[in-house]
Amino acid sequence: MENASYFLAAFAVAWAVTFGYVLVLINRQRHLRQEINRLKETIKEKGS
Amino acid sequence: MKRLILWGLGLVLMFLALYLVFLYAPIEKVMGIVQKNFYLMVPMGWLSLLSYFVIFIGSIFYLTKRDRKWDDLAYSAAEVGIIFTSLALMVGSIWARPIWGVWWAWEEPRLTTTLVLWFIYLACLLVRSLTVEEGRGATFAAVVGVIGFIDIPFVILSTSLWRGMHPPLIIFEEGGLDPRMRLTLMLSIVAYTVLYVVILMQRVAIRRDEAEVKKLKGLVSQES
Repeated sequence: MENASYFLAAFAVAWAVTFGYVLVLINRQRHLRQEINRLKETIKEKGS
Repeated sequence: MKRLILWGLGLVLMFLALYLVFLYAPIEKVMGIVQKNFYLMVPMGWLSLLSYFVIFIGSIFYLTKRDRKWDDLAYSAAEVGIIFTSLALMVGSIWARPIWGVWWAWEEPRLTTTLVLWFIYLACLLVRSLTVEEGRGATFAAVVGVIGFIDIPFVILSTSLWRGMHPPLIIFEEGGLDPRMRLTLMLSIVAYTVLYVVILMQRVAIRRDEAEVKKLKGLVSQES
Protein backbone atom coordinates (compact mmCIF):
# COMPACT_ATOMS: atom_id res chain seq x y z
CA MET A 1 0.00 0.00 0.00
CA GLU A 2 1.50 3.28 -1.14
CA ASN A 3 2.47 5.78 1.59
CA ALA A 4 1.47 3.37 4.37
CA SER A 5 4.69 4.26 6.19
CA TYR A 6 3.55 7.92 6.50
CA PHE A 7 0.23 6.76 7.92
CA LEU A 8 1.85 4.43 10.44
CA ALA A 9 4.54 6.98 11.33
CA ALA A 10 1.91 9.60 12.17
CA PHE A 11 0.06 7.23 14.50
CA ALA A 12 3.29 5.99 16.07
CA VAL A 13 4.47 9.55 16.80
CA ALA A 14 1.08 10.64 18.16
CA TRP A 15 0.72 7.62 20.43
CA ALA A 16 4.32 7.64 21.62
CA VAL A 17 4.15 11.33 22.57
CA THR A 18 0.70 11.08 24.19
CA PHE A 19 1.50 7.98 26.22
CA GLY A 20 4.96 9.26 27.09
CA TYR A 21 3.42 12.46 28.44
CA VAL A 22 0.72 10.57 30.37
CA LEU A 23 3.39 8.35 31.97
CA VAL A 24 5.45 11.40 32.93
CA LEU A 25 2.36 12.95 34.56
CA ILE A 26 1.47 9.77 36.47
CA ASN A 27 5.05 9.41 37.68
CA ARG A 28 5.28 13.06 38.69
CA GLN A 29 2.06 12.88 40.68
CA ARG A 30 3.18 9.68 42.44
CA HIS A 31 6.44 11.37 43.52
CA LEU A 32 4.59 14.48 44.70
CA ARG A 33 2.11 12.43 46.75
CA GLN A 34 5.01 10.57 48.38
CA GLU A 35 6.72 13.85 49.18
CA ILE A 36 3.52 15.33 50.64
CA ASN A 37 3.14 12.30 52.91
CA ARG A 38 6.81 12.48 53.94
CA LEU A 39 6.56 16.19 54.74
CA LYS A 40 3.34 15.68 56.71
CA GLU A 41 5.06 12.95 58.72
CA THR A 42 8.01 15.27 59.42
CA ILE A 43 5.67 18.04 60.62
CA LYS A 44 3.79 15.56 62.81
CA GLU A 45 7.01 14.25 64.36
CA LYS A 46 8.24 17.77 65.09
CA GLY A 47 4.88 18.73 66.56
CA SER A 48 4.72 15.80 68.98
CA MET B 1 -12.67 8.37 41.21
CA LYS B 2 -14.19 10.72 38.61
CA ARG B 3 -10.81 10.93 36.92
CA LEU B 4 -10.44 7.14 36.91
CA ILE B 5 -13.83 6.73 35.19
CA LEU B 6 -12.82 9.35 32.63
CA TRP B 7 -9.50 7.54 32.01
CA GLY B 8 -11.44 4.33 31.41
CA LEU B 9 -13.93 6.06 29.11
CA GLY B 10 -11.11 7.77 27.21
CA LEU B 11 -9.28 4.48 26.66
CA VAL B 12 -12.42 2.63 25.50
CA LEU B 13 -13.26 5.45 23.06
CA MET B 14 -9.67 5.56 21.88
CA PHE B 15 -9.57 1.84 21.09
CA LEU B 16 -12.91 2.17 19.32
CA ALA B 17 -11.58 5.10 17.30
CA LEU B 18 -8.47 3.12 16.38
CA TYR B 19 -10.63 0.20 15.28
CA LEU B 20 -12.65 2.53 13.03
CA VAL B 21 -9.52 4.18 11.61
CA PHE B 22 -7.69 0.94 10.81
CA LEU B 23 -10.53 -1.42 9.92
CA TYR B 24 -13.75 0.48 9.20
CA ALA B 25 -13.05 3.78 7.43
CA PRO B 26 -12.55 3.36 3.68
CA ILE B 27 -9.32 4.35 1.94
CA GLU B 28 -9.73 7.61 0.05
CA LYS B 29 -9.18 7.30 -3.72
CA VAL B 30 -6.97 10.34 -4.38
CA MET B 31 -4.69 10.50 -1.32
CA GLY B 32 -4.73 6.81 -0.47
CA ILE B 33 -4.15 5.51 3.03
CA VAL B 34 -2.30 8.65 4.14
CA GLN B 35 -5.67 10.47 4.14
CA LYS B 36 -6.32 8.54 7.37
CA ASN B 37 -3.84 10.90 9.02
CA PHE B 38 -6.79 13.29 9.08
CA TYR B 39 -8.24 11.22 11.95
CA LEU B 40 -5.27 12.45 13.97
CA MET B 41 -4.66 15.87 12.44
CA VAL B 42 -8.20 17.15 12.91
CA PRO B 43 -8.53 16.09 16.60
CA MET B 44 -5.04 17.43 17.38
CA GLY B 45 -5.83 20.71 15.63
CA TRP B 46 -9.15 20.93 17.49
CA LEU B 47 -7.40 20.31 20.83
CA SER B 48 -4.80 22.98 20.13
CA LEU B 49 -7.65 25.46 19.71
CA LEU B 50 -9.70 24.13 22.63
CA SER B 51 -6.71 24.28 24.93
CA TYR B 52 -6.04 27.87 24.00
CA PHE B 53 -9.68 28.69 24.71
CA VAL B 54 -9.17 27.18 28.20
CA ILE B 55 -6.06 29.37 28.65
CA PHE B 56 -8.06 32.41 27.55
CA ILE B 57 -10.86 31.70 30.05
CA GLY B 58 -8.38 30.88 32.84
CA SER B 59 -6.38 34.05 32.13
CA ILE B 60 -9.45 36.32 32.08
CA PHE B 61 -10.70 34.89 35.39
CA TYR B 62 -7.25 35.07 36.97
CA LEU B 63 -6.85 38.72 35.99
CA THR B 64 -10.29 39.63 37.34
CA LYS B 65 -10.55 37.39 40.43
CA ARG B 66 -6.86 36.81 41.33
CA ASP B 67 -7.73 33.28 42.36
CA ARG B 68 -4.87 30.81 41.99
CA LYS B 69 -7.10 28.03 40.72
CA TRP B 70 -7.61 29.93 37.43
CA ASP B 71 -3.88 30.32 37.02
CA ASP B 72 -3.43 26.59 37.66
CA LEU B 73 -5.97 25.89 34.93
CA ALA B 74 -4.36 28.28 32.44
CA TYR B 75 -0.86 26.96 33.13
CA SER B 76 -1.95 23.33 32.82
CA ALA B 77 -3.83 24.08 29.59
CA ALA B 78 -0.70 25.76 28.21
CA GLU B 79 1.44 22.69 28.93
CA VAL B 80 -1.11 20.19 27.59
CA GLY B 81 -1.90 22.52 24.68
CA ILE B 82 1.70 22.79 23.51
CA ILE B 83 1.91 18.98 23.43
CA PHE B 84 -1.17 18.67 21.21
CA THR B 85 -0.18 21.64 19.03
CA SER B 86 3.26 20.06 18.52
CA LEU B 87 1.53 16.82 17.56
CA ALA B 88 -0.80 18.65 15.14
CA LEU B 89 2.25 20.17 13.45
CA MET B 90 4.19 16.89 13.38
CA VAL B 91 1.30 14.77 12.09
CA GLY B 92 0.42 17.49 9.57
CA SER B 93 4.00 17.52 8.36
CA ILE B 94 4.02 13.72 7.97
CA TRP B 95 0.80 14.00 5.94
CA ALA B 96 2.16 16.85 3.80
CA ARG B 97 5.31 15.01 2.67
CA PRO B 98 3.63 12.45 0.37
CA ILE B 99 0.72 14.75 -0.61
CA TRP B 100 2.50 18.07 -1.26
CA GLY B 101 5.99 16.67 -1.71
CA VAL B 102 7.37 18.82 1.12
CA TRP B 103 7.50 18.49 4.91
CA TRP B 104 6.59 22.13 5.41
CA ALA B 105 5.11 24.92 3.27
CA TRP B 106 5.60 28.42 4.64
CA GLU B 107 3.08 29.85 2.20
CA GLU B 108 0.36 27.64 3.69
CA PRO B 109 -1.75 29.82 6.07
CA ARG B 110 -3.10 26.98 8.26
CA LEU B 111 0.42 25.71 8.99
CA THR B 112 1.85 29.16 9.60
CA THR B 113 -0.96 30.35 11.89
CA THR B 114 -0.72 27.06 13.85
CA LEU B 115 3.04 27.54 14.21
CA VAL B 116 2.37 31.07 15.51
CA LEU B 117 -0.06 29.48 18.00
CA TRP B 118 2.71 27.07 19.08
CA PHE B 119 5.01 30.06 19.77
CA ILE B 120 2.25 31.78 21.77
CA TYR B 121 1.88 28.60 23.87
CA LEU B 122 5.63 28.65 24.40
CA ALA B 123 5.46 32.33 25.44
CA CYS B 124 2.73 31.52 28.00
CA LEU B 125 5.02 28.93 29.59
CA LEU B 126 8.32 30.84 29.25
CA VAL B 127 7.04 34.11 30.68
CA ARG B 128 6.57 32.36 34.03
CA SER B 129 9.96 30.74 34.19
CA LEU B 130 11.60 34.08 33.33
CA THR B 131 9.82 35.89 36.19
CA VAL B 132 11.23 35.47 39.70
CA GLU B 133 8.09 36.42 41.63
CA GLU B 134 5.37 33.77 41.18
CA GLY B 135 2.36 36.12 41.32
CA ARG B 136 3.86 38.50 38.80
CA GLY B 137 4.72 35.58 36.48
CA ALA B 138 1.12 34.40 36.63
CA THR B 139 -0.12 37.91 35.77
CA PHE B 140 2.28 38.25 32.81
CA ALA B 141 1.29 34.78 31.57
CA ALA B 142 -2.40 35.70 31.86
CA VAL B 143 -1.82 38.88 29.82
CA VAL B 144 0.04 36.85 27.15
CA GLY B 145 -2.80 34.31 27.29
CA VAL B 146 -5.42 36.98 26.57
CA ILE B 147 -3.41 38.77 23.85
CA GLY B 148 -2.45 35.48 22.17
CA PHE B 149 -6.11 34.65 21.66
CA ILE B 150 -6.00 37.07 18.69
CA ASP B 151 -4.35 34.27 16.66
CA ILE B 152 -7.26 31.83 17.15
CA PRO B 153 -9.70 33.33 14.57
CA PHE B 154 -6.86 33.40 12.05
CA VAL B 155 -6.13 29.69 12.62
CA ILE B 156 -9.83 28.80 12.29
CA LEU B 157 -10.50 30.96 9.22
CA SER B 158 -7.12 30.47 7.53
CA THR B 159 -8.41 27.94 4.99
CA SER B 160 -11.24 30.25 3.88
CA LEU B 161 -9.52 33.66 4.29
CA TRP B 162 -6.49 32.82 2.18
CA ARG B 163 -6.21 30.45 -0.72
CA GLY B 164 -3.80 27.78 0.42
CA MET B 165 -3.16 24.11 -0.30
CA HIS B 166 -4.72 22.94 2.97
CA PRO B 167 -8.08 21.24 2.37
CA PRO B 168 -11.06 23.06 3.95
CA LEU B 169 -13.22 21.28 6.53
CA ILE B 170 -16.15 19.56 4.79
CA ILE B 171 -17.41 17.28 7.55
CA PHE B 172 -21.08 18.25 7.35
CA GLU B 173 -21.31 19.35 3.72
CA GLU B 174 -23.67 17.42 1.49
CA GLY B 175 -21.69 14.83 -0.47
CA GLY B 176 -18.49 16.04 1.21
CA LEU B 177 -17.47 13.06 3.27
CA ASP B 178 -18.29 9.36 3.19
CA PRO B 179 -20.57 8.57 6.21
CA ARG B 180 -18.04 5.98 7.45
CA MET B 181 -15.29 8.60 7.30
CA ARG B 182 -17.52 11.12 9.09
CA LEU B 183 -18.31 8.64 11.88
CA THR B 184 -14.62 7.77 12.28
CA LEU B 185 -13.64 11.42 12.37
CA MET B 186 -16.35 12.39 14.86
CA LEU B 187 -15.51 9.50 17.17
CA SER B 188 -11.80 10.33 16.96
CA ILE B 189 -12.55 13.93 17.93
CA VAL B 190 -14.71 12.82 20.88
CA ALA B 191 -12.11 10.24 22.03
CA TYR B 192 -9.23 12.73 21.93
CA THR B 193 -11.36 15.39 23.65
CA VAL B 194 -12.11 13.01 26.55
CA LEU B 195 -8.41 12.15 26.72
CA TYR B 196 -7.57 15.87 26.72
CA VAL B 197 -10.00 16.60 29.56
CA VAL B 198 -8.60 13.81 31.74
CA ILE B 199 -4.97 14.78 31.01
CA LEU B 200 -5.80 18.41 31.85
CA MET B 201 -7.45 17.35 35.13
CA GLN B 202 -4.36 15.29 35.99
CA ARG B 203 -2.07 18.24 35.22
CA VAL B 204 -4.16 20.62 37.36
CA ALA B 205 -4.00 18.09 40.24
CA ILE B 206 -0.21 17.97 39.88
CA ARG B 207 0.00 21.75 39.96
CA ARG B 208 -2.00 21.76 43.21
CA ASP B 209 0.24 19.05 44.67
CA GLU B 210 3.30 21.12 43.73
CA ALA B 211 1.82 24.07 45.62
CA GLU B 212 1.09 21.81 48.60
CA VAL B 213 4.69 20.53 48.65
CA LYS B 214 5.95 24.12 48.58
CA LYS B 215 3.66 25.08 51.46
CA LEU B 216 4.65 22.05 53.54
CA LYS B 217 8.35 22.65 52.89
CA GLY B 218 7.86 26.20 54.17
CA LEU B 219 6.25 24.86 57.35
CA VAL B 220 9.09 22.35 57.88
CA SER B 221 11.77 25.03 57.47
CA GLN B 222 9.88 27.35 59.84
CA GLU B 223 9.79 24.69 62.55
CA SER B 224 13.46 23.73 62.23
